[in-house]
Amino acid sequence: MNEVHHFRRVLLIWVVSSVIFTPLVVFVLAPGIPPGDGTVQSAGQVTDNAVLFGLSTPIALAVLVFFAYSLIVFRERQPEAVLDGPPVRGHAGIQLWWIVVTSVIVLSLAGYGTARMLDDGAGGGQGPNPIAKPDPSQPPLQVQVIAQQWKFLFRFPGYGGVETAHLELPSNRMIEFHVTSLDVIHSFWAYQLGVKADATPGADNIAYVQTKKPLGFDIHCAELCGVWHGYMFDKGAVVAPTQFTAWIRQQQVRFAPIRKSLPPYSTTYFPEPQKRAG
Amino acid sequence: MTAISASPSRRPAWQHLIGFNLLTAIVGAILGYLIGHFIGGRIHAPSLDFFGDTGQNDIAILLGYLFGVIGFMIGMGFANYPVRRMLGYPPTLAEHESEGLGLARYFRLCTDHKVVGIQYIVGIGVFFFIGGLNAMFIRTELLNPNSHAFGPNQYLTLVGMHGTMMMGMMTSVILGPFANWLVPLMIGARRMAFPRIEAFTFWLLMAAGVVLVTTVFFGGFQTGWTGYQPLGGQGTAGYDAYIGFFALVGLSMCLLGLNLLATIITMRAPGMTWSRLPIFVWSVLATATLMLLASPMLLAALLMGAFDRTVQTGFYVPGVGGSSYLWQNLFWVFGHPEVYIVALPGFGIVLELLPVFSRKPLWGYRLAVAGMLGVSLLSFFVWQHHLFVSGINADLRPFYMLSTELISLPTGFIFLCAMGTIWRGRIRFTVPMLFCLGWVFNFLIGGISGVFLSDVPSDVTTHGSFFSMAHFHYTIMGGLVFTLFAAIYYWGPKMTGFKFNERLGKIHFWSLFVAFNSTFGPLFALGLLGMPRRVVTYPTNLQGLNVWVSISAFVIGLSMLVFLVNLVWSQLFVREPEVGNPWASKSAEWQLPTPVPVHDFDRMPVFDSDPYPYGVPPVTSPQVAPAGGTA
Repeated sequence: MNEVHHFRRVLLIWVVSSVIFTPLVVFVLAPGIPPGDGTVQSAGQVTDNAVLFGLSTPIALAVLVFFAYSLIVFRERQPEAVLDGPPVRGHAGIQLWWIVVTSVIVLSLAGYGTARMLDDGAGGGQGPNPIAKPDPSQPPLQVQVIAQQWKFLFRFPGYGGVETAHLELPSNRMIEFHVTSLDVIHSFWAYQLGVKADATPGADNIAYVQTKKPLGFDIHCAELCGVWHGYMFDKGAVVAPTQFTAWIRQQQVRFAPIRKSLPPYSTTYFPEPQKRAG
Repeated sequence: MTAISASPSRRPAWQHLIGFNLLTAIVGAILGYLIGHFIGGRIHAPSLDFFGDTGQNDIAILLGYLFGVIGFMIGMGFANYPVRRMLGYPPTLAEHESEGLGLARYFRLCTDHKVVGIQYIVGIGVFFFIGGLNAMFIRTELLNPNSHAFGPNQYLTLVGMHGTMMMGMMTSVILGPFANWLVPLMIGARRMAFPRIEAFTFWLLMAAGVVLVTTVFFGGFQTGWTGYQPLGGQGTAGYDAYIGFFALVGLSMCLLGLNLLATIITMRAPGMTWSRLPIFVWSVLATATLMLLASPMLLAALLMGAFDRTVQTGFYVPGVGGSSYLWQNLFWVFGHPEVYIVALPGFGIVLELLPVFSRKPLWGYRLAVAGMLGVSLLSFFVWQHHLFVSGINADLRPFYMLSTELISLPTGFIFLCAMGTIWRGRIRFTVPMLFCLGWVFNFLIGGISGVFLSDVPSDVTTHGSFFSMAHFHYTIMGGLVFTLFAAIYYWGPKMTGFKFNERLGKIHFWSLFVAFNSTFGPLFALGLLGMPRRVVTYPTNLQGLNVWVSISAFVIGLSMLVFLVNLVWSQLFVREPEVGNPWASKSAEWQLPTPVPVHDFDRMPVFDSDPYPYGVPPVTSPQVAPAGGTA
């Protein structure tokens, strides 16, 4: 059998397997992949993952089919005698096409990722001057996340700078997280919200999320921060706006005595005394 | 090894203990540590007011490490040559021609690149198994989220030891043993460009490994291998061991890269043009460049960390003029080239071995070279993808997304060359070939999962989770470790002179391949399900997957035991000699006699083709045809 025949068969197997597996991956597997569609940003991440899965399935299949076919068909059938294959040292056309095709894939991937990221910020920490800002018509709810060893605390500058020990958020609202740290680097990961932003001492890291319906979510620290890093987690909830208002009033009353001894609201804090080595 | 010990003057064994060797080196190290510790105490004690807020005397420990290493090197005999030369004695080759010593030459300073290669593989192997044992402990701890086998402090020390050991010692695991051993033979040189530096890099790495292990006496360190600041600044004295370890590794890597670069550039035999260089040597060249350029950044970062801890500077302390972003930047400017330092030699091994076992020339030689150089160039421009959600330079994220994804282009070249090479070949499924094919599968998964991490929206979920952990284990363990075993099974018999047991080799491969995928495949799922890295506990609904992963990891451990059994059994007990060219390779090193003579080549070899003239009749072995010139 000649080379062209082999190549056509590989191509055929690849096309058939891609046609079967790619829709399976994109429409069956990928939508079930976390973090779910609890917020606009997390739903965006699910879409983004589905696109990446859809693109990588045929690419992976191309390599796997090619190797599987070659290993089966071109295996040495007379291992006793050492016989050489054809001395082919390359093919300029194939190499050129490979470079062109992979470049197009990579550039479009980077373009797509950039567009998705600028679209809604993707829930990631964007530093003090975000480039992906939400629609300015509705003022976002500002929530400061203060990480410290080994607990997240939350301050609401729109509600007199009250500091709470747990997090509740109103549904259907744009939230503006200001993530900072008092000691070492932590990372605020609100899993079902699709939010991850590093908490760095002395830095204000802003992340946006547009909540949808009420939802319970998990908060983890996603950056190694010392001995109890594994236990730095909490539960939060997205609740109806009226319920949120009631909750924040309750917190204001409950933490009023503590509020008096807290420093005024600021984007960063430096605890006294300055924490040094040891 | 014993075959070449038939030298004229065989001394009694006890005489080998006299002179500069590992024993005197250990004595020197202990003395040096005590001196350094004493000096550190003298510096610290008179100014307790200044150093008072440190919980321990870091100066004494770091100076102890420094003087200990110096003492170790003097005891090893590295000072002898410069001192003798300064005193006017003529140069000598005594350190090179130590074949009369038999096994003893592996325990002392020897500048024969073949001895150093064996020293490297055994030395790094010991630490590789220590690091692997740590992984077994980590998985033991993660069997249950609530009842702890070790507890959080010990667990994080294990995590840090595992990561640091693997990312530190294993950077040299191909270039140390195989590049040192093979590059001179492949390019037709009789030695490396700087033989003493070659030996120095090895003993420096061994000193580094010991320094890291001493962390357990100082309370361990809780920062993982990334050593993030200011967490590191809080660390106990165990973090000083981290600094000492990585500084020594960085120095060793830098010198190793320098030595290999100089050797490849200046010491090629006549006819060994750039376009005839074996592809493995190209991968060594690309890696050595990264080693030389990236490790100084690490040294600088560590030096600042050491100053923060000892003389109370504030490079990484926010609020006193420092920044914790500084460490992240410096560390990853080193750290991302570092992961390609680990991956690139694997590319070279795969492309070097596929032609041999497909019986075809390497397909697309220039494209493969472009791929390796492209990876090494691009790897300096991607580091901030580790900081996508950190809030630093958020406007530059599109650039780092692009540069990171661009790396898949040169990596794709490597895959294309591999595919072109096996196409219509006559493929033989030997043990080294199986490991190369394992690399293809693993690195494909590793590369594709890397695209998810390079894409910012997807990275927001996967960053810092078990997903990224699974990704880099697919590229490093599935990439580097599989090619390491390919190299051991392929070149090992040439290096030692004894065959491996093929059946055990195949059992090793299949058990490792299956257990590896069964361990790290589910970790992708665990990451997507929300499990952060380096946690000592996790939600109870994830316990089923974690137990599955742990059991698979123990099977990896068993698979490694199969390898150890094979190694000990075939190399120490059966000792079936390997004299010919078992793989019918046309590469230069296989045309030399086994064991390779001390000075490699009797006469200067002349090369008239690249090492892949497969399928071209008449079948000759032209690489070492003597040209009549004297060496």
